[in-house]
Amino acid sequence: MTNLNKSRAEQIQSSLAKRYRAEKRFQMYGYAAIAFGLLCVVILFTDIVSKGYKAFGQTYIQLEVTYDASTLGITDVNDSQQLALADFHGIVKKALKSRFTDVSGRKAKRDLYGLISNGAGYTLRDRLVANPELLNQTETLWLVADDDIDTYYKSIGSDAGAFTGRMSEQRQGWVDQLVESNDVEMRVNRNFFTQGDSREPELAGIRGAAMGSLFTLIITLALSFPIGVAAAVYLEEFAPCNRWTDLIEVNINNLAAVPSIIFGLLGLAIFINFFHVPRSVPVVGGLVLTLMTLPTIIISSRAAIKAVPPSIREAAIGVGASPMQVVLHHVLPLAMPGMLTGAIIGMAQALGETAPLLMIGMVAFIVDVPGGFTDPATVLPVQIFLWADSPERAFVEKTSAAIMVLLAFLILMNTLAVILRKRLERRWL
Amino acid sequence: MKTTHKLAIAGAAMALTMASPAVLAAARDYVSVVGSSTVYPFATVVAERFGKSTGNATPKVESTGSGGGMKLFCSGVGTEHPDVTNASRRMKSSEFKLCQDNGVKDVIEVLIGYDGIVVANSKAKAPMKLTRKDLFLALALQVPGPDGKLIANPNKTWKDVNSALPDTKIEVLGPPPTSGTRDAFSELAMEGGAKKFADLKALRKSKDADEIKALMAKHGIPASAFNKKGKKVFKAVAHAIREDGHYIEAGENDNLIVQKLEANPNALGIFGFSFLDQNSDKVQGSIVEGVEPEFETIANKSYPISRPLYFYVKKAHMGVVPGIEGYLAEFSSEKAWGEEGYLADKGMIPMPAELRAQFASAIKNKQSMTGEGL
Repeated sequence: MTNLNKSRAEQIQSSLAKRYRAEKRFQMYGYAAIAFGLLCVVILFTDIVSKGYKAFGQTYIQLEVTYDASTLGITDVNDSQQLALADFHGIVKKALKSRFTDVSGRKAKRDLYGLISNGAGYTLRDRLVANPELLNQTETLWLVADDDIDTYYKSIGSDAGAFTGRMSEQRQGWVDQLVESNDVEMRVNRNFFTQGDSREPELAGIRGAAMGSLFTLIITLALSFPIGVAAAVYLEEFAPCNRWTDLIEVNINNLAAVPSIIFGLLGLAIFINFFHVPRSVPVVGGLVLTLMTLPTIIISSRAAIKAVPPSIREAAIGVGASPMQVVLHHVLPLAMPGMLTGAIIGMAQALGETAPLLMIGMVAFIVDVPGGFTDPATVLPVQIFLWADSPERAFVEKTSAAIMVLLAFLILMNTLAVILRKRLERRWL
Repeated sequence: MKTTHKLAIAGAAMALTMASPAVLAAARDYVSVVGSSTVYPFATVVAERFGKSTGNATPKVESTGSGGGMKLFCSGVGTEHPDVTNASRRMKSSEFKLCQDNGVKDVIEVLIGYDGIVVANSKAKAPMKLTRKDLFLALALQVPGPDGKLIANPNKTWKDVNSALPDTKIEVLGPPPTSGTRDAFSELAMEGGAKKFADLKALRKSKDADEIKALMAKHGIPASAFNKKGKKVFKAVAHAIREDGHYIEAGENDNLIVQKLEANPNALGIFGFSFLDQNSDKVQGSIVEGVEPEFETIANKSYPISRPLYFYVKKAHMGVVPGIEGYLAEFSSEKAWGEEGYLADKGMIPMPAELRAQFASAIKNKQSMTGEGL
């Protein structure tokens, strides 16, 4: 007997090491999975950030500009009609010509005028409108450089060498001269945060797309949250248990997995072709994204309502509350954190969506920053898509910078969801 | 209580959004442009400059592809339909008919310039010297075999195609069939190459049913592919691109193709000239028929693979939607589409002065297209 006991103890003893090893291995698999995931994230972020951080800087060139009335072709600064026709590019050209006096020939002059972005003229116009006394005066100004100059200046000193593809020797010489006299400077790229889209990379900004995303998401939230919550409350609290409700449940779960492009096609058929909602506006974008986020919100809201213990309902009914009062006064407030988390995750999903918007005309070039729900607009991921497809070299860094902005918003929203859950969540023991 | 408020507000918001469409559709104070993704980079520049310099609302430009743009454009008259559509090919007669049937009677056709298509490779390697025949032999699904019958393309390396070319595997990254670039490449390069075979050329020219049947039998083309026009049979042969991995569909994004070429120096890529222009430090254009793809050679037509770019305007919308006339005037001004205009800076190849004058006057006189010769 003792012999047998001993051998069993020995048996256990001998297998113990093996079991510990298995345990260790099991843990290592977990670590490896996490490490791999983190590595991917790090690679993604370094790639995006290393490509995109330069977009937050912009090359500026210092020039002495004269607001010469005869070059501008105006006599009265307060006459808006004259201002609209005034040749503000002309005074930029003149300033460049007086800075580099030895330039002759059509081609060389064109190259010279190309040093400064054609957006500079509009900057000068705005300055003159704000300060009419500047007419016929001279001032020294920092003007936005053209994207070719910007790309060249940023690539000087990089591993691959300066990008001279679109820079003739003469143009490089001019930039070198300007650098020597300290007339070239990197500044914070304010246009990137204050402007809408542009085909000139140095003028292009993210604000138009960000506002478009905002308006679209407001519509989406305003529609999908109440509808989703109402549907969830009905299904959880009031619906009888029969074949119809089973059918509805299966369909909602199914809809959550439908590819988003299908919702785009549906939106095109219903909202645009049937209801004649105009194309490319946040209203129609919001409606389509509502269809897409509804299943997510319904499912998460139902889960939140289910998590409220029946004892709460029973207690409320016990003191004489009507079913509506039970839901509105007790169940909903307790389920709200879970439902809000679901809504925020649904919104984050909607923020990152492009495919359904393709069908309803929100993949468009829109310069003016939208000011309302019915102005043509585009959204952040679409802006990224459009920039990634543009030929100009300078849009590569803009693309990465726009991805950074989108990621920042997504991280913000998901953090909010986590905080809400942590703050408001109640544990039922 | 809070929740009931929220529900009420949401209900009101929903009622508003549902009721407003009729009001929304009535007026539009910006020009709506749709169409080709190739013309998109040029149309957007014009739209932006027009908006900034005149203070009008900036036209909205959508990139829907040439075919998609035509469909939207021809779907009717009224502000819910676009005013202008861009195309990287001419309007087809079927599309013209669709327009007429839907009440879009008067359309102004404007040729704006040209775009070159380049076959490029990484700068790490020597530039390729190709002919259209080489491209056809390298990329076609079927090529004429030794006995004249069409056989599945047996060529594996460029040396198989032409002994003067290097002994590297044929790997070409190009656009998918939905792309206008692909259409133009098929039409200009592949057809151009296929025409170099006398029998295929005869098939293209032929309009006689018996002759077509005889030529088809000679090539081993099944009789079911018969068409009264030999040209259609020819096109089916010339446009079919091999699917055995030597031609890789790389999506519509030309920047992606450039990146892939950098990573794989043995591969070639097909894309628009403006992308070559912007990435001349990484990739170089192959010499086609002895001509390098350059601004000048595309403009004077000595470079063989270039295509026309068009836009079409709905006359019925002029005067209804504000800004159309101004947008057209900006587009057709010398500072935009001229030899040294800003569109040339963006990579569009301008057309000769007489054509510019002709289409500028077509815009000025609002001259409708007749639909003949499409």
